[in-house]
Amino acid sequence: MTAIWLIPLFPLASATLLLLSAGRLPRQVAAVLGAGSVGLAAVCVALTARAFLADGEVREFTLWTWMAVGEFTPRIAFYIDGLTVVMMSVITGVGFLIHLYSVEFMWEDESICRYFAYMNLFVGAMLLLVMADNLLLLYLGWEGVGVCSYLLVGFWYRDPANGSAARKAFVVTRIGDTAMALGLFLLFTELGTLDIQPLLAAADSQWQVGDTLPILATALLLGGAVGKSAQLPLHTWLPDAMAGPTPVSALIHAATMVTAGVYLIARTFGLFQLAPPTQEAVAWIGLSTLLLAAFAALAQHDIKRILAYSTISQIGYMFLALGVGAYASGIFHLVTHAFFKALLFLAAGAVIHCLHHEHNIFRMGGLRTRLPVVFWSFLIGSAALAALPFTSGFYSKDAILLSAWELPGIGHWLWAGGLLGALLTGIYSFRLVFVVFFGEAHTQPDHQPGWKMSLPLAVLCVLSLVGGLLVLPLGNVFPPSGHHAAGHTIEYISIGTPLLGLLLAYLLFLGRQLPVDRLVDSAPGRNLRNFWLSGWRIDQLYDALWVRPFTSLSRWWRNEPVDRIYNAVVAFTQWAHHKLAALQTGELRWYATTMVFGLMLLLAIMLRNAT
Amino acid sequence: MSMAGLILLLLLGGLLAWQAERIHPNLPRWTALVTVTAALLYLLAAAPTEPGATMAGPHYSGSWLLHLKLAWMPRFGIAFELAMDGLSLLLLVLTLLLGLIAIAASWSEIDFKPGLFQANVVWTLAGVCGVFLAVDLFLFFLFWEVMLIPMYLLIAIWGHENKTYAAMKFFIFTQASGLLMLLAIVVLAWQGLALTGQLSFSYFDLLGLSFDPRLGWWTMLGFFLAFTVKLPAFPFHTWLPDAHTQAPTAGSVLLAGILLKTGAYGLLRLCIPLFPDASQQFAPVAMGLGVAGIIYGAILAFAQSDFKRLVAYSSVSHMGFVLLGLYAWNALALQGAVMQMVAHGVSTAALFMLAGALQHRLHTRDMGRMGGLWHQAPRMGACAMFFALASLGLPGLGNFVAEFLVLLGLFSVQPWLAAAASLGLVTAAVYSLWMMQQAFQGAPDTRRNMADFDGREMLAMAAMMFALLWLGLHPQPVLDLAQPVLDSLRAAAPFDNPVAALDTAAAAVPGRGL
Repeated sequence: MTAIWLIPLFPLASATLLLLSAGRLPRQVAAVLGAGSVGLAAVCVALTARAFLADGEVREFTLWTWMAVGEFTPRIAFYIDGLTVVMMSVITGVGFLIHLYSVEFMWEDESICRYFAYMNLFVGAMLLLVMADNLLLLYLGWEGVGVCSYLLVGFWYRDPANGSAARKAFVVTRIGDTAMALGLFLLFTELGTLDIQPLLAAADSQWQVGDTLPILATALLLGGAVGKSAQLPLHTWLPDAMAGPTPVSALIHAATMVTAGVYLIARTFGLFQLAPPTQEAVAWIGLSTLLLAAFAALAQHDIKRILAYSTISQIGYMFLALGVGAYASGIFHLVTHAFFKALLFLAAGAVIHCLHHEHNIFRMGGLRTRLPVVFWSFLIGSAALAALPFTSGFYSKDAILLSAWELPGIGHWLWAGGLLGALLTGIYSFRLVFVVFFGEAHTQPDHQPGWKMSLPLAVLCVLSLVGGLLVLPLGNVFPPSGHHAAGHTIEYISIGTPLLGLLLAYLLFLGRQLPVDRLVDSAPGRNLRNFWLSGWRIDQLYDALWVRPFTSLSRWWRNEPVDRIYNAVVAFTQWAHHKLAALQTGELRWYATTMVFGLMLLLAIMLRNAT
Repeated sequence: MSMAGLILLLLLGGLLAWQAERIHPNLPRWTALVTVTAALLYLLAAAPTEPGATMAGPHYSGSWLLHLKLAWMPRFGIAFELAMDGLSLLLLVLTLLLGLIAIAASWSEIDFKPGLFQANVVWTLAGVCGVFLAVDLFLFFLFWEVMLIPMYLLIAIWGHENKTYAAMKFFIFTQASGLLMLLAIVVLAWQGLALTGQLSFSYFDLLGLSFDPRLGWWTMLGFFLAFTVKLPAFPFHTWLPDAHTQAPTAGSVLLAGILLKTGAYGLLRLCIPLFPDASQQFAPVAMGLGVAGIIYGAILAFAQSDFKRLVAYSSVSHMGFVLLGLYAWNALALQGAVMQMVAHGVSTAALFMLAGALQHRLHTRDMGRMGGLWHQAPRMGACAMFFALASLGLPGLGNFVAEFLVLLGLFSVQPWLAAAASLGLVTAAVYSLWMMQQAFQGAPDTRRNMADFDGREMLAMAAMMFALLWLGLHPQPVLDLAQPVLDSLRAAAPFDNPVAALDTAAAAVPGRGL
């Protein structure tokens, strides 16, 4: 029992120490603290998970009452069920591997102390997010991970482009967060609590399926989820967020934080079941995001941006799963995605690290023999991402597609869209493999990754391969989904599609049997490529819709328009002063005349009043 | 404890600091520091936290801790009457703490007439303490003026390049609105005379009287204007950016940290409880001004290139939340407003101290000429980041508790206004992070050589960081202190909220009851 509150405490305490040291700790100490604290948290999680798996009992733990005003009494308290255990394991397990990798990756950086401080703070906040027993504490973790993401994306602060990417990430997600805060206000006003389990029970008893209030509340929560998980229409921050160090992208922008939206919806699925329109919207958002991002990924040439778009696309699958009610499949895909996407990012980081910060895939090439460890890691990661048979990604994605197929009504459409996405995933992930690791070499690696980088890659390789065999303890969390009556044809199609994608990628980018260059060089091809390269020009759209109006308005108002009113009063006073001062000429004649006229006027008034 | 003694201690300490200059130029700041520390320790040690048994008056008998009434001008019903409850205690602690910060912030900044400078700082504190304690309205007005004049002198004598303009603007705005308040106080006392047959300026005698609605409306407006100019609320805020920008660091810290709070305190203590009916009618307008201030302040904050001016506009934006919370007038929103008074006091004082330190080192406030300062001064950068995050409402820090409670309370009465006000959460992120980018991030200027925060400055910063973390993670002691006061204020002046506004809002959404 005592291990529970230790879990977030280790990384938070280490972050505090590192921050207070103000960078004066030797890098060895910083590295031990940074990676060690997450390792200790992982050990505590393992102990908690073992105890949970043994008896299956939900554990609750209250530290203190955060605040109490009338009925509003949120606590700093944890709620540990199967879903929490799964999330904690991913955060601390994959998190530890990424911290270990970071030790080597960031060794030369002068700010390694600050780096580990932010990373530990992130892990602590993320743990609070998934362990919270009420939505307010969840919101604390939610904003906390947002801030850490901001700090880490802008970690190399000297380049203003990094700062701008960091601000974009924070502000765009804050728009979603604000919607989520409104959702919290609505839920508390209507149901009188923010504690998740009582809240779900109260919603169930007070609201009918299809009422306006649950629809409104879930739509607002969905706003938060869409922002954090980089789904349409708030996905634009994630590709830019690749400005941060690569392990940051692996931890925050692939394995953990960006899946917080998925967690939120899964955690409050009882509300979403009361709101079928929102639930359906989740599915459509997932589908459109996964297709849009997959097309965008096809046209990128920055290795990290390809992976970023693929993350957006894969989270789209998770949203699709949540939308069709296959919550466990969504979480399953979250887990496998954490393995293979962290693997891909770390492998990409190794490539970048060994190639003097080269990001452009067309200036790589031929690395298969020069960086064998990285090559195999990347190959396994890509196979899992493309969901080739018997990799972890295959099991989770297959489950999602089957659940979509079985949904009556729109299910077949969702399935077909998901399948198209799977084809595109096969193409863009093996395009990456073929361009980077095969063909001619354009840049020479100057060293090989050491063990601190290779070991996490190896472990993640294993997990990406066999992670599909994991059985997650989600049985008591979600309602059982009636399993799978779809025919074998559907199965074969979903097995075959990624292979077709692989084949197409081979023909296009390695065998060169298909004339991809001629296609891209033609005018429509070039336009389409630029269109996808820019992410469907959505950034430009938002720029015109929001950013420029805001900046021009603020420039226009800059000099305080309200002051014009007060300046007018001042001007009038001064004007009146000059006019009245002009009466004081100092001439006796003028004074006498005005006095006489004044007296006559007064007399006239008095006489008039007397009569 | 003796409330009059506290004020007297500060007045005398200021006098002493002034004269200490004759002995040594460094002595005034030590005198001021010792005086304010002594006052704070005295307050913390001697203030009771349980209600006193001797409280007179039909109202609030439950929540007052101390009461003092000395005859002063009995012919006019004016007495030297002070009283303290949890709310005043809270604000007194804030005042004296930020007084220490102000003295620490200007420790080595002032060379010209340091004695008079420290005297004005301490006298401002005395005036503010008086405002938070006075329950005779005439005395209240007197203290209102007492805190104005030393602050005027601080800006006019020790201010920056455009100090005369800023000081005059500050004085005229406050004085003109103060005059309206004086007028309102006199009218109120006359009304009291007509209703009860005795002339009294005592808060306890005037509270709960049912005034003529028309006259009550206009009297309420007099108070409202005086307090919202001070708060400041849109569109009466334009004195604030000038005053803040031109004031010396200690002046900005005091102005933002505590003087603005006297406006909020006045609304909470006087304006709404004395005129509940008129206030309730007026609440939509007041809340509209609150939302307008939140958004307008944020947009203008983003437009500024002057560090201090940016922080000043952020104050306009944050004080909009206070106005919203006060006029929502329910338990959650009022607690939020009180919490915002405290948390914003601390976070803005810290940001102004940072701005002052930057100006002292770089001789500019223009963020266009900063950039990359994190490299030269990582401690300043980390502090700035912390308080910028506090200012944008990061959960875990006091400002979040404040703004969340305000919006949560407001949502139950005015959901659409709450939605509009929550835009402030986004815009606060925009200007706070933009400030960090311009000043501390970006490429450093390698020719620049700037000293980082020293021990004294870090101590002040650490105290404020600790305060905000404490308010953010365990705000209960503060909430408990304010709770009985807010309960009895609401009991004395109930707003009847028959409209469950949310239901009307939900009805406006098509598809209800599908």
